[in-house]
Amino acid sequence: MKRSSVSSRLMLGAVIYLVILGAAAIAAPVISPYSPTDQHLENRFAPPGHKYILGTDNFGRDNFSRMIYGSRSALLVGIVSVSIAVTIGITVGIIAALSTGIIDNILMLLMDSVLSFPTILLAITVVSFLGYGLLQVMTAIGVIFSPVFARLVRAEALSIKTEEYVEASRAMGSPAVKIVFLHIMPNLMGKVVVQASITFALSIVIEASLSYLGLGTQPPTPSWGLMLKDARNYLVQAPWMSIYPGLALAMTVLSFNIIGDTLSEKINPRIVKK
Amino acid sequence: MGEGEILLHIQDLDITFEPGAHAVRFLELDIRKSEIHGLVGESGSGKSVTSTAVIGLLPSPPAKISSGKIIFKGRDLLKLGKEEMRKIRGREIAMVFQEPSKYFNPSMKVGEQIREMLSLHFGMSRKSAVERVLELFNLTGLGKSNFGGGRRILNSYPHELSGGMKQRAMIAMGIACSPSLLIADEPTTALDVTLQMQILDLIHDLQNRLKMSILFISHDLNVVKHIANRVSVIYAGKIVESAAKGTIFKNPMHPYTKLLLLSIPDPEKRGTPLKTIPGTVPDAESIPSGCAFHTRCPYVRKICEKEIPALKEYENGHTTACHFAGETE
Repeated sequence: MKRSSVSSRLMLGAVIYLVILGAAAIAAPVISPYSPTDQHLENRFAPPGHKYILGTDNFGRDNFSRMIYGSRSALLVGIVSVSIAVTIGITVGIIAALSTGIIDNILMLLMDSVLSFPTILLAITVVSFLGYGLLQVMTAIGVIFSPVFARLVRAEALSIKTEEYVEASRAMGSPAVKIVFLHIMPNLMGKVVVQASITFALSIVIEASLSYLGLGTQPPTPSWGLMLKDARNYLVQAPWMSIYPGLALAMTVLSFNIIGDTLSEKINPRIVKK
Repeated sequence: MGEGEILLHIQDLDITFEPGAHAVRFLELDIRKSEIHGLVGESGSGKSVTSTAVIGLLPSPPAKISSGKIIFKGRDLLKLGKEEMRKIRGREIAMVFQEPSKYFNPSMKVGEQIREMLSLHFGMSRKSAVERVLELFNLTGLGKSNFGGGRRILNSYPHELSGGMKQRAMIAMGIACSPSLLIADEPTTALDVTLQMQILDLIHDLQNRLKMSILFISHDLNVVKHIANRVSVIYAGKIVESAAKGTIFKNPMHPYTKLLLLSIPDPEKRGTPLKTIPGTVPDAESIPSGCAFHTRCPYVRKICEKEIPALKEYENGHTTACHFAGETE
């Protein structure tokens, strides 16, 4: 009882935070007090206060406005890369689960080999081939995370395939395509959503990391990772430059993880609801 | 029961499972139009394998149909292509399964699942398909107000329905396309006894109204006695006796049938120990030579160990596969 109320409060908090974040990202031009790229050189390193709520950076740019605009790239990366990963993952996973033998083996070997590289390292490699920039980063992250979904979908599809209701549907004359879309896909979506939520958080972290390394979002476009990169040299002098973007990043990742965990508890039949 | 036209004729059907399990052995079975044909046998005797073969869903490998014909309405189902067979499933031959809770997709409304079949086989529009589903619910007793009415069932998910309601819905799905043959694979086994009777009565009633043939598979002779017009007994993948219900229960010819009938509990014989058949059903991987029942048969003679008895007709419509049919008393 107690446990579930704590987790549902956390869930509520996470959802509220993300809704606010999403709204801020959409309404960025309206709510941000300054342009994220305007340099107020006379007000460099201004501490948080009246004029600049969260202070300014080394070029005198408003920290708050940059964070709001930075949420745009963070969420965009999450949405696009997770979509790419889910699309590739479901397609490959279902094909692998329905075909037997050699096709299954080849597909899974391919997926496993992608999975065997350290994520950041592979992301850096892919980005250095595709070139720097947000679009390249999103594609790279999407491709890199697709094996996670492919494995998940394949395993789920293999087990759903043997469910009695699939047999019943076949006995009623349903063609294979119908069975995939009507019976297999809907019943594995729950697990996919949980995984997507966690992957969303991971892809935001990777985008931030790549931007921090100078491979992701290119200046002067605002991004949390880029802000942290700029803040690196002024940790003592202007701590607000690193604390706020770092906090936003951590909260976002935490929220997605909380949502993922709560959902996975909710849909897992083995955890008995009290 | 008069001799009706034959709807499904299974001839010499032989099914093996790799490696070396002989599940169905040269099985012969005729199902006539508008009859309820009870197929009785112990677990592992090949009942379900036979019915799965009829709808063409045996997984191969490991299953292999090495010989035989399944003639349905003049066509050999074993020779049909995948697509032709798919069109027959659900439309001409439908199935009702044992555990209704497992045979519905949990993430789909019950009404949707039945409606899906109608649009699949008849290309019905959404609206007319819904009408038809409600009509089917009325037929299967789900339209009654104590179930909350057909509309409620239509929009319910499987977990919101009770076992009996689900089985009714499953039957509604089975008869949705007015098939000429309905295969009911132990449809009452998973239900409690009072529900069993209701469902049996429902199947009986539907057969009367819709005039389809039903292949009723069960291990329970009492259930079959209640519902079937004709009964076939299967042992180790082979039909050992087949006759009209009245005949087989009054005058069984095969020793196995006789022993089966003796092992039904009878309230009048309270206090006396129940007869049992010694031994177990032979494993499909090591079926005894000759008559497969010879290892458990009280009347066994030398010939039984060597020669497989053929299924022969002894009196009108009463066939049995025993060397000494009619002689053993």
